[in-house]
Amino acid sequence: MAEVILKNLTKRFGDDVGIDDISMTIPDGAFVVLLGPTGAGKTTTLRLISGLEKEDKGEVWIGGRNVKGETPAQRDVAMVFQQYSLYPHLTVKDNLAFPLKSPILKTPTDEIERKVAEVANVLQISHKLGNKATELSGGEMQRVSIGRALVREPAIYLMDEPLSSLDAKLRTDLRLELKRIQASLGATLLYVTHDQIEAMTMATHVGVLDNGHLVQFGTPREIYENPNSLYVASRLGLPRINVLPADVFGSVPAGTTQIGMRPEHIQQGEGQEAEVQRVEHLGDLARLHLTLKGHAITTIADPSVDYEPGTHLKIAPRNPLCFDADGNRIR
Amino acid sequence: MSSFSVTEPSNRSKWFAGTLVILYALITMIPLAWIMLTGFKSPSDAISYPPKVVFEPTLEGYVNLFTTRTRQTQEYLDANPPETWYEEIVREYDMVIAGPSKFGERFLNSVIIGFGSTFLSIFLGTLAAYAFSRFKIPLADDLLFFILSTRMMPPIAVAIPIFLMYRQLGLSDTHLGMILLYTAVNISLAVWLLKGFIDEIPREYEEAALIDGYTRFQAFYKVVLPQAATGIASTAIFCLIFAWNEYAFAVLLTSGTAQTAPPFIPTIIGVGGLDWPAVAAGATIFLLPVMIFTILLRKHLLRGITFGAVRK
Repeated sequence: MAEVILKNLTKRFGDDVGIDDISMTIPDGAFVVLLGPTGAGKTTTLRLISGLEKEDKGEVWIGGRNVKGETPAQRDVAMVFQQYSLYPHLTVKDNLAFPLKSPILKTPTDEIERKVAEVANVLQISHKLGNKATELSGGEMQRVSIGRALVREPAIYLMDEPLSSLDAKLRTDLRLELKRIQASLGATLLYVTHDQIEAMTMATHVGVLDNGHLVQFGTPREIYENPNSLYVASRLGLPRINVLPADVFGSVPAGTTQIGMRPEHIQQGEGQEAEVQRVEHLGDLARLHLTLKGHAITTIADPSVDYEPGTHLKIAPRNPLCFDADGNRIR
Repeated sequence: MSSFSVTEPSNRSKWFAGTLVILYALITMIPLAWIMLTGFKSPSDAISYPPKVVFEPTLEGYVNLFTTRTRQTQEYLDANPPETWYEEIVREYDMVIAGPSKFGERFLNSVIIGFGSTFLSIFLGTLAAYAFSRFKIPLADDLLFFILSTRMMPPIAVAIPIFLMYRQLGLSDTHLGMILLYTAVNISLAVWLLKGFIDEIPREYEEAALIDGYTRFQAFYKVVLPQAATGIASTAIFCLIFAWNEYAFAVLLTSGTAQTAPPFIPTIIGVGGLDWPAVAAGATIFLLPVMIFTILLRKHLLRGITFGAVRK
């Protein structure tokens, strides 16, 4: 396992920005999650680190070594692709053994057997080892593709939304399993996801990408509690952060044009009058959908509340986040 | 549940389609069957009118195909009784076997040249198609068009320059010369067909192999080749059929050492009258290798011919 450093990494595709001037340190043993909408440059970052794509500018350092010009094989990285990319002409077992048989690793046969069996067991695909890769369900394919990375012990694991096509239960199981494996191996992992729970529960660090730029890098709690822009604030949080004009609740710092309030950062019983539109009972808590001066607001409440639609309720923000006209945070 | 289905054809239309296909197959197989039957007829049965469908089979045609024969005096024939079954057949015409004919050699030439040029076309074609499919090549479209344009005129149109060139280079009537010539004709087809197949194989497989610790060439033969097998098989059949059946260049450029079967078979007619059974026997044997090759690769061929119809 190794530390990976990106220095001013830039990649363009014709006129489109892939990523622009990204610098980031992925510490040894860290689990870094990249967040951002489609086209923000998450996958491009992974491909540049793996060597599948050639950078226009900047450097990638893996384990203290500048890997410029090295092939993906020489860089010693493992990657899980979003579209599985299992070898269709091989069995599940041969797919898992494929990286171990490579000329770089040249693993002895009994070692291959042991590792494949171990990984298959962890990913619950032992009973499918003899199947052709094309005879699997989507979830099974994705597990095999994760397994093909896990049989190795590379400098860094790169994963591109590896859990996206799994059902909820398997996703939870594998999330815990991945985290356990990462912690026990001390593996370095760079992980792309859209899923907030994955980001919050697994990551040691989160990097938020916007249109090829790294806009914030920090621990999940920092990103959640202390975002430095409205964009970052709206990437994490479900339901999303409520954004209102600055003057709705009065007194804000100078220059503020919008305020953001997380659903759990709204005080009930004082402040401005809002109207209940709908109550969603989620079991452990209730979600209130309110309107205040024409603005929709979502907040949470005790599961025992039983407001009728149309009920009036006073609400006030608790430590709101203030943003200027460009969406930058005002502290 | 109703048995009616929008996609499943009705029983009646299945019957109709089946009958049509069988009829068509029978009609197209008549000439083939005729050749095969004629190979087992006696010369008089072969030219009888009305044609004989039921006849007494004989191996005369095959014996004549593989041997050269001379007429002998009655005393010689009486003094040397026939020792083998094929000599007996020849004796009926007061002849003896003088030696083997050239058919065996010519057939072997066809095998060497046909399969040799097919292998070379596929080998070079696969590498070129992979490069065109995966790498950024300057002027790739123009190069591809140029490769295709070599097929825009009939190859025989350049027969005279090739004939002169081959004479200068000493390639006339050599196996190498014919293999190179057929490869040159086939390679444009091979590149274009194979590029289509390789384009269909997602790049992600090779990328995964690169990351799994393989070089690009290893990724090519471990991951791309197995998946291109279908395309390679069907392209190989097309190349083999061309090289196997080619007549005009074979007549022009070969006369002895490297002569293939197609120009040889008609020469049988000239030897001792119109020996149709021998010609038919030659044609039958000549058909076999391509038939066997096609049958061996048939499960790939069906998918190969219809490729591109369904995109995955």
